[in-house]
Amino acid sequence: MAQTLRDQFDRRMDRRRLYGHIFHALCLISIFIGLGMLAVLLIDIFLDGWRRVNWEFLTSFPSRKPEQAGILAALFGSIYVIGLAGALAFTFGVAAAIYLEEYAARNWLAKVIQINIGNLAGVPSIVYGILGLEIFVRYLALGKSVLAGSFTLALLVLPIVIIASEEAIRAVPPSIREGGYALGATRWQTIWRLVLPQAFPGILTGVILAVSRAIGETAPLIVMGALTFVPFTPDGPMSRFTVLPIQIFNWVSRPQEGFHEAAAAGIIILLVVLLSMNALAVLLRNRFQRRLEG
Amino acid sequence: MADNASIIETRNLNVFYGRTCVISGVDMEVETHKITAIIGPSGSGKSTLLRCFNRMNDLIPSFHMSGSVLFGGQDLYDASVDPTEIRYQIGMVFQRPNPFPKSIYDNVAFGPRVNGFRGDMNALVEDSIRRAALWDEVKDRLKESALSLSGGQQQRLCIARALAVQPRIILMDEPCSALDPISTLAIEELMRELSNDYSIVIVTHNMQQAARVSDFTAFLNPREDKIAELIEFDETRQIFTNPKDERTEAYITGRFG
Repeated sequence: MAQTLRDQFDRRMDRRRLYGHIFHALCLISIFIGLGMLAVLLIDIFLDGWRRVNWEFLTSFPSRKPEQAGILAALFGSIYVIGLAGALAFTFGVAAAIYLEEYAARNWLAKVIQINIGNLAGVPSIVYGILGLEIFVRYLALGKSVLAGSFTLALLVLPIVIIASEEAIRAVPPSIREGGYALGATRWQTIWRLVLPQAFPGILTGVILAVSRAIGETAPLIVMGALTFVPFTPDGPMSRFTVLPIQIFNWVSRPQEGFHEAAAAGIIILLVVLLSMNALAVLLRNRFQRRLEG
Repeated sequence: MADNASIIETRNLNVFYGRTCVISGVDMEVETHKITAIIGPSGSGKSTLLRCFNRMNDLIPSFHMSGSVLFGGQDLYDASVDPTEIRYQIGMVFQRPNPFPKSIYDNVAFGPRVNGFRGDMNALVEDSIRRAALWDEVKDRLKESALSLSGGQQQRLCIARALAVQPRIILMDEPCSALDPISTLAIEELMRELSNDYSIVIVTHNMQQAARVSDFTAFLNPREDKIAELIEFDETRQIFTNPKDERTEAYITGRFG
């Protein structure tokens, strides 16, 4: 009987190995398609724009003459708006996540809230622009200011921050909380001294993602009325402003070749700002992780 | 306390998760400066019972109970009792070592810090680690992460951490089940040592351990309807040499469980 069962196997090692190789190759090709496109894009932009990336470009305001146009106003505007939006989204997002994970009862209401936060993350950004226009610009009469722009972008990325923070908080093992409670720590002490430090690297990752998304957003800010031609840097939260993507969009839509070069240079600056913000956050995160693991 | 014989006393304690009763009608006492073991097969509610003693079960939303648990004569489940306020008097050591991802020093200092300790922290940390028989192994690396310690060392650190808030009683929930035999022996010796100054309750699935270290033993067993009850509670010597209930005898002689 054993002999006959053994005969019924058709191992086909060659064919099985071949399938393995094909799958391996498919995965590799997929990577090359993704990375290849990105590389082409970057090279194209770099070739178009690198001649314009210089001190003068960084320190000049926009101009009607393509060769004199600079990025200063948009660069400051972006840093200002994103810095504020990031800080706001971080504060409210983490607080909301703490409430949902540590305080809220696990009932149907919590579930409904949870699902809708997920839905909010998928709402098109232009809708947030309309919301920002109505609430911040008009109703709260903040005008088309840095503050109104920050609030709008903060709202836009808030769901991302909340979801990432919740996951990070949930990943802290219950045994850590029990250990805290068993020593007579209050709920707040347990959260602040045990849960949050351990969740912080994960929370930071969420904030990186959120800020990366916010920095490239154009539509909501255009809807709420950010300017496209700004010959000044923002002098306070109530100042009018523009941001890098809007400036780039404006230059791309001009007919002159010189503005197209300026647009490419602007994209390079945008990427540099984005990457350095991310690098800073990754650095912070790694430092924190090392401190935890010792 | 009126009498210093018992530190914890349960009266007709019933425990429910939602509508399901899991433990029924437990009456037992934990004597001061003695080691009390809770034994029984898996699913007999040993840990659940232990977690009634410091209101750790409060963290489970569906938990509720009836009857009473007296700690030094005070009803732990009285509406006026804040669980946070009683927990520091009742130390707990868990099944898996759960050191915080902080330095060895900060692990021990955590309890005193959250409880507003104003004295000499260095001395308190050293004293606590010494009592947990860990000092010689860690005195030169107090700033290192607690996660760099071995499992047995981590568990002794967790004991030191519990001692640092000056509890009157220590609850241990299968403290050796994740440890090797040598670390287990070290913890058992430590328990005998600690019983001079503290009352100890230990949950264990290991009967030999209960026989080796404890003064009193409580045997829990689930009935046919899965509801656990206290079958027998007596001096350990009695339980292991002359059990009154045949189910106890069957369990300790290894006929089931």
